[in-house]
Amino acid sequence: MIGEYGTKYYYGDYGEGKGGTPATSSQQQTQEEMNSWPLWEVFIRSKQGLDHKHVGSLHAADAQMAMENARDVYTRRNEGISIWVVESKYIHASNPDDAGSLYDPANDKAYRHPTFYNLPDEVKHM
Amino acid sequence: MNQLIQYTLHLADNALIMGHRNSEWCGHGPALEQDIALSNISLDLLGQARNFYQYAASLINQSSPSQEATEDTLAYLRDAHEFYNCLLTELPNGDWAQTILKQFFFSTYQYHLYQQLQQHSDEQLKAIAAKALKEVTYHVRWSSEWVIRLGDGTEESKRRMLQAIDQVWMFTGELTDASDYEKKMRIDFDLLQQQWNTTVTKIFEEASLPLPVKSNWHQAGGKKGIHTEHLGFILAEMQFLQRAYPNSQW
Repeated sequence: MIGEYGTKYYYGDYGEGKGGTPATSSQQQTQEEMNSWPLWEVFIRSKQGLDHKHVGSLHAADAQMAMENARDVYTRRNEGISIWVVESKYIHASNPDDAGSLYDPANDKAYRHPTFYNLPDEVKHM
Repeated sequence: MNQLIQYTLHLADNALIMGHRNSEWCGHGPALEQDIALSNISLDLLGQARNFYQYAASLINQSSPSQEATEDTLAYLRDAHEFYNCLLTELPNGDWAQTILKQFFFSTYQYHLYQQLQQHSDEQLKAIAAKALKEVTYHVRWSSEWVIRLGDGTEESKRRMLQAIDQVWMFTGELTDASDYEKKMRIDFDLLQQQWNTTVTKIFEEASLPLPVKSNWHQAGGKKGIHTEHLGFILAEMQFLQRAYPNSQW
């Protein structure tokens, strides 16, 4: 199915020198994009009080269609009570190559974790 | 056969045949997402059909205890002339535009009809309609957006919509043309027709599609069991297994 709509780009799907955006240089790719529906990311809130969680992606021509496709594809088995959709191109992802400098420094800083506090039983969803 | 039974079968047959037609798109939709959308609608309609058939079966068994009707015997063991669905529901799917347009006309009809049925004096019909109305509300939304998208889309999508209107429009009159048994059901068909027209006019305007001129003639017969040649083929495929291997299960 995906092949019909051109290349699918996941977050962090960095190609050589593309910087996360699909290359549009070649004639063929431009044609493909014209014929394709953009990709949307879907977030579902499963119940009141919980946050929206990323559940997957889909193709749709516009936001309205994306919302309905999300409803049909991702909430058929009572998975949700609220849907967010956002066009994938508006999501900026961190570059996996930067993982070392971004995340490793936090490794040895245990004092930043709130594990030294006792959490009262009444606090839910932490 | 009393009128309530016939009417319940008519409602069931509408849903079953429309649902079956939609199921033919399963695995063939223009996009994965739309394939799932239409299959969902198909399953919704099948669910409605089951509810109506179960009720019809209980009515039949009450009125003549010698019979043992079930939802399955009603769906699988009646012949074409015993089906009371509107002709619109049995029409071939054609292309995506024709499928969408059929669905839009049908769902709009179901929507306004179920609005009335959920106030009906018959408790069962009332309950089934109230439950189904939520599903149908979504079907109307989904199909009207497609009508607008195709009608107001590209040159080709518009051409296909116009072609679909030519093919399908003559079958819409039957929806709100009350048959003898419907007349006994205390449903306001004038109101139904008026509401159907209003919805269709509004969506066609948004889709910049021309509304066909009103005509006093339309295709009819389905509600009385007189069908197009298409229904026979649908039933042949749908009923084959039960007829060839009675009571088989899996």
